[in-house]
Amino acid sequence: MLPRLATSLLVQQLRTMIRIRRFEEALIRLAGEHDVGHFHVYIGQETTGVPALALLEEGDVSYTTHRNHGHLIARGVDPARMLAEILGKSTGTNKGKGGTLHLASTEHGFPTTSSSVGGPLPIAVGSGYALKERGLDRVSVCLFGDGALEEGAWHEAINIAAVWNLPVVFLCENNSLEALGQKANEYPSSTLAAQRLTDLVRPFKVDASAVDGSDVAAVHREMRRAVRRARSGKGPSFIETWTVRWPGSRPIWPQLVTGETDLAFGWDAARIPDAHADWFGRQDGLLRFLRELLAEQRITREEVLDIDRAARAEMAAAVRFALDSPYPAPEEALEDVFA
Amino acid sequence: MIDAIRGALDDALAADPAVCVLGEDVSVGGPFGATKDLVERYGEGRIRNTPISEGTVVGLAVGAALAGLRPVVEVMFVDFITLAMDQLVNHAAKLHYMSGGQLRVPLTIRVQGGAVGAMGAHHSQSLEAWFLHVPGLKVVAPSTPADARGLLLAAIRDDDPVVYLEHRGLYWNRGEVDGAAETRLGQAAIRRAGADVTIVAWSRMVATALEAAATLAGEGVEAEVIDARSLVPLDLETIVGSARRTGRLVVVHEAVERGGVGAEIAAAMSAALPGALQAPVGRVGAPFAPVPASAELEALYVPSVERIVEAVRRTVGTATAPVA
Repeated sequence: MLPRLATSLLVQQLRTMIRIRRFEEALIRLAGEHDVGHFHVYIGQETTGVPALALLEEGDVSYTTHRNHGHLIARGVDPARMLAEILGKSTGTNKGKGGTLHLASTEHGFPTTSSSVGGPLPIAVGSGYALKERGLDRVSVCLFGDGALEEGAWHEAINIAAVWNLPVVFLCENNSLEALGQKANEYPSSTLAAQRLTDLVRPFKVDASAVDGSDVAAVHREMRRAVRRARSGKGPSFIETWTVRWPGSRPIWPQLVTGETDLAFGWDAARIPDAHADWFGRQDGLLRFLRELLAEQRITREEVLDIDRAARAEMAAAVRFALDSPYPAPEEALEDVFA
Repeated sequence: MIDAIRGALDDALAADPAVCVLGEDVSVGGPFGATKDLVERYGEGRIRNTPISEGTVVGLAVGAALAGLRPVVEVMFVDFITLAMDQLVNHAAKLHYMSGGQLRVPLTIRVQGGAVGAMGAHHSQSLEAWFLHVPGLKVVAPSTPADARGLLLAAIRDDDPVVYLEHRGLYWNRGEVDGAAETRLGQAAIRRAGADVTIVAWSRMVATALEAAATLAGEGVEAEVIDARSLVPLDLETIVGSARRTGRLVVVHEAVERGGVGAEIAAAMSAALPGALQAPVGRVGAPFAPVPASAELEALYVPSVERIVEAVRRTVGTATAPVA
């Protein structure tokens, strides 16, 4: 099922997803050749962040944690400047002083990425308070993983959002299905006593839902409801999106264990390698969305391949830009300690 | 002094609609009355009672600062800022830097502490050294009602996060408050002029140092007493200038001596005035122990007039040959 949106908007979302996929693949390859440091990729979660963030408007703010690249691209941040930032170059979004774990672009409504797992939750609630206090019908969105619910900040933050009825959307991307460290038949993980993540929300009387994160229509539906509730003064919402963690994210360092995604898997199942039949055949949300678009004839294979060519070219140029950019001058290390 | 704090909050709230006050019980005035009656004037939106969630409340204030407000958040006792260290250290202090200058965090964190009233180890600490160690935080500690007002106004107007340290033992002190004055951050005040030794103190210890100076004057030792009042930025120029004249320096703080701000000032001094001091820098601080609850022990724990006098005597009595 596709969301009830104009074809042009759906194609735009597919384009963003493909750009995110190619960005992350390019980054993993780059990390093989250059010292990129530790990073986390968004492969396999594009169908959550892209439709969700497409509902935001100018003035809405969003906060995220370490698995952030897709979120920034979805809100329009230039991948070249992101890659430059990840490589610590002066042309990066944060002048090379934030890195992958603190990517920020205020002009795109992304004040910061926090890498203390529950870190952005209180900040997002605080921005929600400020937006409400200033009389704006804007929304503060906090994106985080299921691990953030293990932090005390979660309990405190949702409590305040609920008590003050703030325009906040808590978007929990639960990618723990089949994740590292999870024992068989345990949900959501082996480190949380709750049986369902939404059980951690209900006592606060906050609107809560859980959807398949590879189902763009479901994500769109729940996020649209949450954003409308926030804008109309109805307070916070919590959405859990389930996704299966991409096999390449299982190691501590992302690896292209599945190779680059061949978009033709979306229309030619015979090409899918046996080794990753589940991933490419059922679990990868990007391919699922592509199949849905093709089935409803919203896009042709040729158009998909054109989008892909453009995305690959964009990321190749981004890599060149990042590699060719200078490092910050030594004295810049001491700049911006204070405003 | 508590009235000076309340007055400064009142004026800041009146002058700028972006200013808001957040904290436990702030709408009923707080435990000491610093926010008394503000909710009637500015409403529950701007004077917000928060849950007992120190970590998230500081984070909330950071998020509000990022989205256009200028929050003053109150953490009821400095001891409980420990619960907010992730937000204070990892976020408030670093966001301007980590974002490459994109973000500003105009945030004031009011906290009170100090060993007074036999309140025990969870309600009595002086933790300024922790904040001083974090790049990106400004730290002030007023000793007079005028500075309580002046530094609070300056902190609220500042675009960086400022930790504003109040001493509970000073709340009921009286003093002249210039209705308009703002005390510039990074400017020390010479509270007493003297030619023989420089004593640097802040917060409650300024008064104790002044008492010690009076005793020392009776012995023919004229101490110059400097109220540092702003620890980040620190007015080293005034301190160095004074120590250059007197040739002797004693730093006094209520915080534990080990790893305290006194060590930092002593090190800065030896770098700024190599060989110019007539004696090693003296330090007077609390012993390396938690604050005891017993009133008798608490009185022994807090640096006294006698301990400062002793430290100065040692400094003045030390060999007059320059010390490296």
